[in-house]
Amino acid sequence: MPKLSIDGTEVEVADGTTVLRACEQAGVEIPRFCFHERLSIAGNCRMCLVEQVGVPKPVASCAMPVTEGMQILTQSERVQAAREGVMEFLLVNHPLDCPICDQGGECDLQDQALYYGRVRSRFREAKRAVSDKDFGPLVKTVMTRCIHCTRCVRFMDEVAGVPELGTMGRGEDMEIVAALEGCLHSELAGNVVDLCPVGALTSKPYAFAARPWELSHTESVDVLDGAGSAIRIDARDGRVLRVLPRVNEDINEEWIGDRSRHAVDGLAVRRLDQPWLQQNGAFEPVTWDVALAAVATALQDAAPERTAALAGDLVGLEGMAALADLMRQRGVASVDCRLDGGAFGSGEPASWRFNATIAGIDRADAILLVGTNPRREAPVINARIRKRWRATGIPIARIGPATDLTYPVTELGAGPDALAELARGTHPFVAELGQARHPLIVVGSGALARADGAVILGLARQVAEAADAARDDWNGFSVLQRCAARAGGLELGVVPVEGGLDSRGMVSAASEGGLDFLYLLGADEIDPEAFRGTFTVYQGHHADRGARHADVLLPAAAYTEQEATYVNTEGRPQRARPAHPPPGDARPDWKIPVALAARMGIPLPYDSLAGLWRRIEAAHPHLAEIDQLPPPAPLTSFGDAGGELDGAPFAEVVPDYYRTCPISRASATMAACARAVADA
Amino acid sequence: MTGGADLFPGPDRDEAERILGRYPQEHRQSAVLPLLDLAQRRHGGWLPAALVDAVGDYLGMPSMRVRELVTFYSMFHDRPVGRYLVQVCRTTPCWLRGSDEVLAAARQELGIAPGETTPDGDFTLIEVECLGACADAPVVQINDDFHERLDGGQMRAWIHAHRGPKEG
Repeated sequence: MPKLSIDGTEVEVADGTTVLRACEQAGVEIPRFCFHERLSIAGNCRMCLVEQVGVPKPVASCAMPVTEGMQILTQSERVQAAREGVMEFLLVNHPLDCPICDQGGECDLQDQALYYGRVRSRFREAKRAVSDKDFGPLVKTVMTRCIHCTRCVRFMDEVAGVPELGTMGRGEDMEIVAALEGCLHSELAGNVVDLCPVGALTSKPYAFAARPWELSHTESVDVLDGAGSAIRIDARDGRVLRVLPRVNEDINEEWIGDRSRHAVDGLAVRRLDQPWLQQNGAFEPVTWDVALAAVATALQDAAPERTAALAGDLVGLEGMAALADLMRQRGVASVDCRLDGGAFGSGEPASWRFNATIAGIDRADAILLVGTNPRREAPVINARIRKRWRATGIPIARIGPATDLTYPVTELGAGPDALAELARGTHPFVAELGQARHPLIVVGSGALARADGAVILGLARQVAEAADAARDDWNGFSVLQRCAARAGGLELGVVPVEGGLDSRGMVSAASEGGLDFLYLLGADEIDPEAFRGTFTVYQGHHADRGARHADVLLPAAAYTEQEATYVNTEGRPQRARPAHPPPGDARPDWKIPVALAARMGIPLPYDSLAGLWRRIEAAHPHLAEIDQLPPPAPLTSFGDAGGELDGAPFAEVVPDYYRTCPISRASATMAACARAVADA
Repeated sequence: MTGGADLFPGPDRDEAERILGRYPQEHRQSAVLPLLDLAQRRHGGWLPAALVDAVGDYLGMPSMRVRELVTFYSMFHDRPVGRYLVQVCRTTPCWLRGSDEVLAAARQELGIAPGETTPDGDFTLIEVECLGACADAPVVQINDDFHERLDGGQMRAWIHAHRGPKEG
């Protein structure tokens, strides 16, 4: 633990700390452009120069390790002069076009020029100009503004694992280029915009949309995949203009996937903003009163055993709880949240949670991926696995289709046979899992939605048990949920009770005319054809698949417009917060079943959000512990390990990363991304 | 990691292996500069993009990282160069000792500007920074050889002597 003095104050820091980090620990801010905590040290911008007493030249603090007895000055005249010199050189070729630059107001160069810039330029020569590059539909480039910090290059290389950016040339001729014009082949590419300390890389969909000081900021969580990344929603005039990641070390660190960031333009189109009623084959706009009356009559008339309700992939706990309560009061047994039919153990949380936790990936020392493509299902989790692999080179194996996950993977086969062999202990990878102190078995939600999902669940559990992956201090059996609603629905128990139908059962019953009433709560990821002949109510925010054959459309708020709780794949409840009110007559998800219950005279024990939360807390105390991990769940004997395997290869469950839900399907930006990837 | 045989056929294979042998197995990528040099020498003094990528594949390096190197070092050429690559040093010591005159002579004799190649493909003229032979300034490097203490006349004479199809 070396001691050093920073501006005369004694500080003791850990071995290997750099001077810049030590200064931060001492509360002294050091300006920087190229340095970033989560990227390798480049040391090329020179903005972080400090003075070390006894050393003739200023030192780059980001790259200088602390040594015992060092005396660092950060506020001396020499330091000020050195930084002013660096700034002057950085600005030599910078266009100073802040008034027309989207980075204006949140630009590191602009901010630091305030402290270290000269009032007037001494540069009389011609500035260089650099041609712009095409980095695809998300990243706009104005390369003349680039100061060559190489953060974007290092991010793509190190974090994203898609080394498609590079520096060409040297000195004054240096330029940042992409390997292929037109597209960056990473689901995390949007993060380079956040990393760029100047206006060289800005958000293309957000170009010239707003100035940062005009926006309201709402801290929320992402619901477009199952990871539950921390986000900030920036809105103005009732419209979400952009989504940025927030730091959450336990989940997304400070990255988010491109869908989570850029699908939000889909929130403004194809919206249901008033109730619709189908009459004589055409939708008519109606009032809430008329719509609720129609739904109430149909629900009243339908026998409970011929009534069913399905909750979709983007719905929060509150909406599901209210609908489930209404259905239970009606005596309806057929309620399900597993749209894709996932074979999770009923009432056995360890069978649907990412038990190892996302931060736990940092401890894993052997990973088995079963029927999952984390790169598409949860890019931030994939980045975490890659980070772990980069740090330690742990063995990673996969059962499922071979795709590039950005780290080397041992392919054990496309179908579940290898899993059976692993469970029997006859597969060589068993040894690697067995030797690991923290073996991690990641099971994809798609693998469990197969017809033999229960068998796969059981076999994967056996593999985990055999590898001693389920101990008090470590539970490596982890299910990767790819949608935000699923874990919450399972925690709440939105599954059929005795004698009820699950989602598959509803589809077959409906196609045989066995259902009279179906309530789709944001349920789109299911083929609606089967429900043609059933009186169907669709509650949701977009006129998407679920609305196709519905008889009544009830407009609901999207995740950026209501307060709602989402349980991520770890089982961690987090709260999404509204950035603005829902459009038109749309209502928060929970209010609609409650209003329906009131109209039908069905007593529900709450009529406010607080009351609903109390009700959820009473039944599931851990769901009220916002942002906290649930208490660890033991590996019970879930699954059907003895059952018959289908043998078919695992399918790619997310064939198109950019379009997986009503919001992203409505997004023009996501469509452009899908096209760019297809064209490249 | 494939393509070694196509990239470095015949005896070059041994040479490539010998170069690789100088570095630990887990740091194969350290051999990238000498291998690029070998590839460039075997390909008429320049490196087409496909060849750069092949070297990257051979070493298990992303092609972007290799392309960066090729554009960073002035010794690598990503466009065709003439049979004779005439590199005139223009850094201060050479400049003080008359590199302007040497360069002017080369321009005039060859009829091309720096960065260009003669239409017959024999000569490429470029300006370079310090070649590290300041004691004998002005210096011109032609292919692998230094020509030292030159003046305009000697530059002309050398070009004249190497004109035409007679030499390789």
